[in-house]
Amino acid sequence: MFAVLLEQTADGQRYIDWLVSGLGWTLALAFFGWWIAFAVGVIVGIGRTVQNRAVAALARLYVEIFRNIPVLVQMFLWYFVLPEILPISLGNAIKQIPPPWGSFFPALVCLGLYTAARIAEQVRAGIEALPKGQVEAASALGLSGYLTYRHVIVPQALRLIIPSLTSEVMGIYKNTSVALTIGLMELTAQARQISEATFQTFTAFGAATLVYLALALIAYQGMALIDRAVRIPGTGRAEDAAKPAATHAAQQVGSLPDAMEVVK
Amino acid sequence: MTKSARVLSILSSLAVLGVISGPAAAADSPTLARIKSNGAITIGHREASIPFSYLGPDQKPIGFSLDLCAAIVERIKAETGLPSLKVNYVPVNSSNRIPLIQSGTVDIECGGTANDRKRQEQVSFSVATFVSQPRWLVKADSGLKTAGDLKGKTVVVTQGSNAVGFAQGVNAKEQLGFNIVQAKDHAESFLMLNTGRAAAFMEDDILLAGLKAAAPNPDALIFLPEGYAKIYYGLMFTKGDTGFKALVDDVLSKQMASGQFEKTYAKWFTRPIPPKNENLAFPLTVELTERIAHPSDAVD
Repeated sequence: MFAVLLEQTADGQRYIDWLVSGLGWTLALAFFGWWIAFAVGVIVGIGRTVQNRAVAALARLYVEIFRNIPVLVQMFLWYFVLPEILPISLGNAIKQIPPPWGSFFPALVCLGLYTAARIAEQVRAGIEALPKGQVEAASALGLSGYLTYRHVIVPQALRLIIPSLTSEVMGIYKNTSVALTIGLMELTAQARQISEATFQTFTAFGAATLVYLALALIAYQGMALIDRAVRIPGTGRAEDAAKPAATHAAQQVGSLPDAMEVVK
Repeated sequence: MTKSARVLSILSSLAVLGVISGPAAAADSPTLARIKSNGAITIGHREASIPFSYLGPDQKPIGFSLDLCAAIVERIKAETGLPSLKVNYVPVNSSNRIPLIQSGTVDIECGGTANDRKRQEQVSFSVATFVSQPRWLVKADSGLKTAGDLKGKTVVVTQGSNAVGFAQGVNAKEQLGFNIVQAKDHAESFLMLNTGRAAAFMEDDILLAGLKAAAPNPDALIFLPEGYAKIYYGLMFTKGDTGFKALVDDVLSKQMASGQFEKTYAKWFTRPIPPKNENLAFPLTVELTERIAHPSDAVD
């Protein structure tokens, strides 16, 4: 079925090379977009939970705007509308960015900020899920607001929301396909291109589907590893409850001086 | 069954065969059989292929190809004996039009689709309804005079159109080294040209003329002198459906012979058309006149 992928294209490559090049753009967009999304998302998510009214309102405004406009429309706004509303010289400079970077950067910003809004909501949920006693205990220890967030609240909240961040990781790499609408030749665009050149629609999109599926599984496994590595001891899933010894050991390590371990 | 009865039945079936062996017998056309069993025909149309097939002011599909298809629908009504045949319109784009014909979702595509050998392996085409050439459209104030001036610039083509291959070919053959970006559809390619993202937009001359005429300021855009290959357009339908092809070609050939085809042509190409009452001013070309005199689906 996939034999056609090994045939020569008009430009001297093989069709599979087109797919590989598309995959490269998809991965680059997802990877760098994710770090923008994570950085902005954590900051905005914290902003949603602070006492300061103005900051909380701004964070909420950000989330509402970026979460409620379809990502396709946002892509269009970043690519076509933004250069027109900026000062002319700056707008022209943006338009003169040579392809494919001229499409890549707007797509990167768009996906990063859109996904950030979704991550922000999860960070907020993670923070609100923590017991009130955590903040009270931090105050009792004399930690300032900043230090409370830095050492008590945020580390725990982030560890709690890793399972739900998994779907955001998958979401961002699936949403990369929207970038084809602004001319970035990523995986889906290349699949379209192959189906146009060979008219083997099912082969072209079948191959792309398998690649996306493989990416999803890899992303899922990667996140599962991270989740296991940083999980808060004692908040394991049901299946781990069968092996309490493991978490017990984890709690023990370093929690007691060596001498006491020996005594035990 | 007695012997004489059998002879009679054979004779009568022969007679029936003689009656219905016209140019298009629904019996030997899968498309006609499907239309008949659904009681409806599904026409694929484009959304921005002015003047062939596009959405008019009320968002209903109109255009030259749709007028031709209207005559074909009339003939199908007569063939199938379904005067109240329902007509469904499905918007298609350059990427999905062939798969939708192949899957039988669309019975006939009335767009601006080029007939070429590669596509003939997948679908069939009617006799040529138009002849065009791929050309470059640029901004008048860009100072570009010939295709050679595009050296090192960025040009735009539409994903899935023939122009992708043409532009790559021109780039390689003439060593111009321009960057090719691909937009999602003609409207977006045109937007890329207008917003200065691309210095030139390559597409079939008539489609460019249509976009140009509909632009806020048509005079701000000009064609470069170079034209590339000759491209023949046709209506598109399921591959190898000879019965259906015979019917479609018969309708078109009769229209070409009677002068009706030229009337329809004049209506869309030489007079003001919706949505903005712009005139494409695209009179009959020598190539198309030749095809009207001798209808044919041959491609170079």
